Formats: sequence, C-alpha cells, structure tokens
Amino acid sequence: MRMIGHVAVNVFKESVRDKVLYNLVAFAVLLIAVSYLLGQLTAGQDVKIIKDLGLAAIATFGLFIAVFIGIGLVWKEVERRSIYSLLSKPIRRSEFILGKYAGLVLTLLVNVAIMTAAFYAVLAYLDTQFTDTVRASWPAPATDPGMLKAIALIFVELMLVTAVALFLSTFSSPFLSAALTFGLWVIGHFNTDLRNFEAVVESPSAAYVARGLYYVLPNFAAFDVKSQVVHALPVGASYVATTAAYGAVYVSLLLTAAVMVFSRRDFK
Amino acid sequence: MRLPAAIVILLLGGVIGLQAVHERLGGVPAVDTPDMLYVRSPEAMRRLALSYQSLLADVYWIRAVQHYGGTRLSNDPNASYDLLYPLLDLTTSLDPRFNVAYLFGSLFLAGPPPGGPGRPDRAIALLEKGLRAQPEKWEFAQAIGFVHYWWRQDYPEAAAWFQRAADMPGGPFWLKSMAAVTLAEGGRRDSSRQLWQELSRSELEWIRNEGQRRLLQLDAMDQIDQLQAAADAFERQLGRPVADWDDLRRAGYLRGSPQDPTGAPYRIESGRVTLDTASRLYPLPVQPPHAQ
Repeated sequence: MRMIGHVAVNVFKESVRDKVLYNLVAFAVLLIAVSYLLGQLTAGQDVKIIKDLGLAAIATFGLFIAVFIGIGLVWKEVERRSIYSLLSKPIRRSEFILGKYAGLVLTLLVNVAIMTAAFYAVLAYLDTQFTDTVRASWPAPATDPGMLKAIALIFVELMLVTAVALFLSTFSSPFLSAALTFGLWVIGHFNTDLRNFEAVVESPSAAYVARGLYYVLPNFAAFDVKSQVVHALPVGASYVATTAAYGAVYVSLLLTAAVMVFSRRDFK
Repeated sequence: MRLPAAIVILLLGGVIGLQAVHERLGGVPAVDTPDMLYVRSPEAMRRLALSYQSLLADVYWIRAVQHYGGTRLSNDPNASYDLLYPLLDLTTSLDPRFNVAYLFGSLFLAGPPPGGPGRPDRAIALLEKGLRAQPEKWEFAQAIGFVHYWWRQDYPEAAAWFQRAADMPGGPFWLKSMAAVTLAEGGRRDSSRQLWQELSRSELEWIRNEGQRRLLQLDAMDQIDQLQAAADAFERQLGRPVADWDDLRRAGYLRGSPQDPTGAPYRIESGRVTLDTASRLYPLPVQPPHAQ
C-alpha cells in the first residue's frame, strides 16, 4: 500500500511539473469570459447557460486529462526505459499499475475540486446580478448544491475513462490507446441504442450481439445527469450510489485486467 | 539571447504590420454566405451531441436569438426568418425543458413581418411540443391561448386554451375570468390590454418588455383613433382630406405635433393617420373590424 502511495504521489508531482494544472486557468478564463459575453448574446438564461457550460467544461477538461495522461502512464516509463530501474526496486508490478492509476485519479480529483470551486464562485457572482423576481423564475438557485451530484458522477466517469486508458496503454501504442479510449467513450453514450437495436435491425443475431455489447461495454451515458441537475429534476441518492458502484466495479475489472496484462509483459 | 529576442519582436512587428495591410485591402474577398443549418434533424443532433445536449441546446438558443434579432434589424429586403423554427426545434429537442425557448420562441414565430415570420401555426406547434414534454406547464397552454387570441383572432379557441391553463395544477385563477372575457368580448382592445398587462408582470424580462411594448401599441391605437376622428371631422367640415398636421392645427383640432408613446411622430397621408414605420411600435397588430 505504501508503494502504491509513493508511485501515486510521484505521478501527481509529475503532472504538476508537466503543467497539467494550467488547464484550471483556461477553465476559469472560459467561464468568466462567457458569463461576461452572455448578457450581450442571449435573451436571459445566463445562469442556465453558465451551469451547462461549467458542468460540460469540468467533464471535458477532465476527459482530456484522463485520456492523454492515462495513455502515457505506462508507455512513458517503457519509452524512457525507466521501467527497468523501477521494476528492479522492491515494487510489484501490480503496485506500479495501481499507483499510477491512483496518482492520475488524485490529479483529476484536485482538478475537479478546483474547477468546482471556480464554477460555484462564478455562479455566486452571477447570482448577485439578478433581482429577486428573476431569481424566483429559476428552477433552482444559482449555487444549487444539487449540482454536486452531477460533478460526483463526472468524477466517477473520469475514473472509469482513466482505467480504460491505463488498461489499453499496458499493451498498445499511445495513439491507438487514445483512439480506442475515445471510441469507447463515444460508444458508451450510445448504450440505449445498443439495448434497442432490435428495433432497427431485422436480424435476431445482430440484435443479440448488440444486447451483449450493451451489457459488456462501459455505459458512460449513465454518468451524465447534467441536464437533470441544471433543471433541478430529482436525481435520487440511490441512482448516484448505484451508478458510482457500477463505475467502481468496472474500474476494478479494468485495473485487474491491466495488472494481469502488465504482469505478463516481457521487458527484455 | 538578445538577438533571438530582437528577431521575435521584429517578426511580431511584421505580423502586425501585414495584418494592418490586410485589413486596409478589405480582408478576405466577400462571398455570399447565407446562414446555414447543417443538421436539421433533431433526432440526429441528439445522438451527435453525446453528453453535451444541454450545452448544444444553449448554442442553438443563442443562434435562434441572434438569427431573430439579426433578421429583425436587417436592412436587407431578402432577409428571412427561415431558420428560426428549425433552430428552436433543435433547441427544444436537445433540451426539452428549455422553457424560455418555447415561450420566447412562440412570440418570435407569431409576430407578423417585418417583426417576425408571421407563423402562429408554428408558434402553436412549438408550444404543443412543450406541453407534450411537460404536460403540467400551464404557462404553455396560456401561451397557446394567447397566440390564438392575438395572432389568429380565434377567440373561442383562445378561450378554450385559457380555460385549460386555468384548470391545470398551479394555473392562476385570473385565467378563468380571462377565458370568460375572451369568449364574450374577444378582440376588444380592453380585453387585449388585460392580457398584455398580465404578461407585462412576467418574471422573464424579455416577455415583460414585450408585454410593455404591446401595451404601448394599444395606447398608440387609441391615440390613432382619436387623431383619425379629428381628421374625419376635418374632412366632413371642409370637404377634402387632411394633407398634413398643419391642416388640423389651423382648423383648431390639434395643438403641437402628435407623437406615439415612444416619441416617434405620427404620419398622415390622404386623410389616413398611421404609425411611422421607423417607430419601435411598428407594425401595429391587425384588429378585427368590430373591436374597439
């Protein structure tokens, strides 16, 4: 466990050195600039649009970090040949993989936490710009804590994306890993279509295959409750818990597979 | 170190200079690029949007507002509102709870040219789509009644929708009396005024402003009636139509230059009093012959 912690802290330090946290500046500038421009571009709805944009930006910035750093976690060590010195130390391959994963998840956690704070700060400022009458017409307050449910699920989704990227990077090239991770992320949003495939094809075997893929492929659409929280629609604690559990089990599956593949790799 | 820095500054100066030359030469040669909507199918767009449906709905909403505003303010005689309905349809398909898009959108769509495309049928279709998505929204039923009342002058239908809105959970009690008044006195200016007064109290700024503008239009219609009565009296007295406001002033029917509630001067031609086309209140709504 201590080894995993060491590796994780090193991954986090490396991402700070690689200026990954600079994306937070881009996030803050984006939100502030858009909130300033919105008043001139649209008839009302500033708060709704900032909520939509903020949640989408947290998810997107996180997605890019998860994919592009996730695919390099193992590959970079192999490419630099530092993997030889690492594995010659008293560290198990499973600890190496889990530490790498935990480090990137820690980076994502810090990112998401800071972006969330900036997001709420912009909304709190916007809130002061409206009268009570206008505020009364909103489905939820500007700084509605209910949005944290969506952010929590975004974070679990990012953990899953990271696990996918890490798993793929244990046996394929960075370019292929990135393409496959993005591909799986896109397919994961068409999950409902896979379930209802029999409605569009006549072949029962194709429908069975689609139904099988529906159960096996990661269902990324389940983590998306952004619209619901923006419109203050109920998102039950049981839904959040079940979805988070689904994410956790899937992450465990991918990490186990990643450890298995990595343990069998021959670096001679 | 100094040389590369000097080169960077020099090249930066070159870039800025060439950009200025580029601008002076008129920029990129103009091409006729009409407003385009590459994907019109809401279903296709819903799928393409992945997890960004709400954000994309916001983008289409901003486009709809810009398209409406741009066309309304355009001096181009060929400018049209062709994309307005598809944009609103995409917005509300991507985010079926985008309430403002239904309410504002119906006002945009129903307005007659040049202030809108004059499509109350599409305004009603949009609001009915909203009701299908949120059957509890009495505001949409009220807005449908409103489109029937104001833009179609179909008072029985309007009254039925006001009654339906009143019967929905949360529907305000005054809609019941509105339904009764509409059925009994549909099209009368004072019942129209009552309707717009309710909307001018809306918590949504744009609808509130629109309500206030429509109330000013009703005031202008009252003033035009009075001026027209004076012009008709002049014609009866002198046997010729009023040529200009000086005629009425000399005959003692008028003092000063008549202005509409926004300060724009009224016009008189061949004895007919009209609103100035440059007025913010132009065009005035069409009124049924029996209504006063």
